[in-house]
Amino acid sequence: MFNLERWEEIFETIRKNKLRTFLTGVSVASGIFILVILLGVSTGMQNGVQQQFQRDAANRISVWTGATSIEYKGLNPGRDIQLTNNDYDLIDRKYQDQLEYKSSIYRIWGGLVNYKNESGSYRVEGVLPDYQFLESATLTDGRFINYADNKRYEKIAVIGLKVYKDLFKDKKSAIGKSIEVQGILFKVVGVYTDPGGEREESRVFVPLSTAQKVFGAGQDVGSLAFTLPQEDNFEQAVKTSKAFTDKLEKQLKEAHTIAPEDESAIDINNSLENMKNVYDMMRNIRLFFWFVGIATILAGVVGVSNIMLIIVKERTKEIGIRKALGAQPLSVVGMILHESVFVTTIAGFFGLLFGMLLLEFVGPMVETDFISNPTVNFQVAVSTVFILIFAGAIAGFFPAWRASRIKPIVALRDE
Amino acid sequence: MIEIKDLHKSYKTGASSLHVLKGINFSVKEGELVSIMGSSGSGKSTLLNILGMLDEADEGTYTLDNFPIKNLNEKVAAKYRNKFLGFIFQSFNLINYKSALDNVALPLYYQGVGRKERMDKSFAYLEKVGLADWANHLPNELSGGQKQRVAIARALASEPKVLLADEPTGALDTKTSYEVMDLIQGINDEGKTILVVTHEDDIAHMTKRIVNLKDGLIIDDSYVNQVRAIENV
Ligand SMILES: Nc1ncnc2c1ncn2[C@@H]1O[C@H](COP(=O)(O)OP(=O)(O)O)[C@@H](O)[C@H]1O
Ligand SMILES: [Mg+2]
Repeated sequence: MFNLERWEEIFETIRKNKLRTFLTGVSVASGIFILVILLGVSTGMQNGVQQQFQRDAANRISVWTGATSIEYKGLNPGRDIQLTNNDYDLIDRKYQDQLEYKSSIYRIWGGLVNYKNESGSYRVEGVLPDYQFLESATLTDGRFINYADNKRYEKIAVIGLKVYKDLFKDKKSAIGKSIEVQGILFKVVGVYTDPGGEREESRVFVPLSTAQKVFGAGQDVGSLAFTLPQEDNFEQAVKTSKAFTDKLEKQLKEAHTIAPEDESAIDINNSLENMKNVYDMMRNIRLFFWFVGIATILAGVVGVSNIMLIIVKERTKEIGIRKALGAQPLSVVGMILHESVFVTTIAGFFGLLFGMLLLEFVGPMVETDFISNPTVNFQVAVSTVFILIFAGAIAGFFPAWRASRIKPIVALRDE
Repeated sequence: MIEIKDLHKSYKTGASSLHVLKGINFSVKEGELVSIMGSSGSGKSTLLNILGMLDEADEGTYTLDNFPIKNLNEKVAAKYRNKFLGFIFQSFNLINYKSALDNVALPLYYQGVGRKERMDKSFAYLEKVGLADWANHLPNELSGGQKQRVAIARALASEPKVLLADEPTGALDTKTSYEVMDLIQGINDEGKTILVVTHEDDIAHMTKRIVNLKDGLIIDDSYVNQVRAIENV
């Protein structure tokens, strides 16, 4: 490795055989490039999915209703199921010591909201105090809705950052200002931000009781949301929450006279379970990408090995001459192997560099629902480098061994 | 310098076997210039390859400078070749991407001579064969005669005990052939032992001794009056 003379020999060979070296290099470089991009995309997908989950509390359980699809106890299918405060109270009482956060929600999709001359259409949600945590919302100004607000039917509102930016063009604090929601005046008491981004920040929260009253909903609620306390063990947490949602579903179906096998009347969305499924899928995707990447490199190795074999064949005569002049078999092995490792390593570094540069500059621009900020971490980069050197050695070994077997007499025979 | 006794060699091709050397005995003393003659296929190259440790005999003994050459592994053979022998081939066998100078330097590289010394020495040998001005040219920029001179310089570079030349003039025209023979005679005059394989009578007569091969046996081995090549140029 540190034999200066050998290096000189190799540089000379490479310099005099540029095309062949270039072709070898390109095949390795593209292999590494593809691996890096694949790994970057896989990280990006992971980031993207994680962001999706950060929108709300990771362990949120949501209950929605729809129409029944099965006839049950003399009731026709197609009956709309409506959740009420009563459902919420029953669950609250029954699972009091198991629940962490809980809220029922009454929604108006596309509620008209005005402030001075500005107006916009936003989702208006009547909620309970815990909803802040169920939404992973953080207040940038003021406070959230509290227990007393609900009890006293206060006409107060907490608005999303996007709503604030849209309506409060003067950029002054919104706290204490009155906004009109569906023609009714509400006083802003807080502004919140949500990791889900603009979409999640385009909402106005008001007390549930107020919403039901002023929008004429009576006791109706649109959905329920809960979380169970955090558990250290993810698998265990998934199990606990699954058990809870099963019980919840059963109870609600009994209360509303819904067939146990009816899938459309009650829809319980368990984030943890979704997350587990997605994480499992992500892991598989990542494994698959590694597999594809390694396969690409292997193909590169086979390619390099092939090229080196051709080179050895092409250089049969030269190797014969070298041997006649006193080259030891080991020095021939060394020469071929050294060249192959050198070329793969240099080419691989270029592939790595191009891949990383692409991710570095183009990565941050990629922002879809599924891929976010694709990057390759240092550890992965280092392991690829080792894979490279190893690959170069493998790619070189067979041809080198072949070369060392060449008998000078056979190589030198005149055709 | 060279001693061979009862040397046999046959080539197996498929089922049949071709007995090429059928008991060769001869010896060469230091400073001799010997030609091995014979018609095509008579086994001249085979004999020379065995002498050059590029091939091995089936039977018989071979000693080179008092070293018995028998059952050498590749590693030792390579070392001995490098130390004892210089090769000159009909088709020159230069490495085509290396300059004349680098070609000459190659045996020294395998001897482990440092770069500076290697280059100085190689250049001196190129000068000796009259190609100092061509040191940095690639083989394909040289004429046949020039290529053979480079090959001779290369064979000399490692300061071997014996030079082995297989039809060194086989690919050259008469005039160039004589120039090359003149060079070889000059090297022999300085005391180097040289064996030349040829099937050309005039070339053979430029050596001091002619060994005649026929059907795998030496049929004649006699000293001759050396014709100086320079007189015919
Ligand atoms: N490797 C080999 N395998 C089989 N036959 C061979 C081999 N090398 C030489 N021969 C045969 O041996 C005979 C002698 O060959 P060679 O020594 O090259 O003759 P010369 O040099 O005198 O022309 C020829 O008939 C040739 O075909
Ligand atoms: Mg021959």
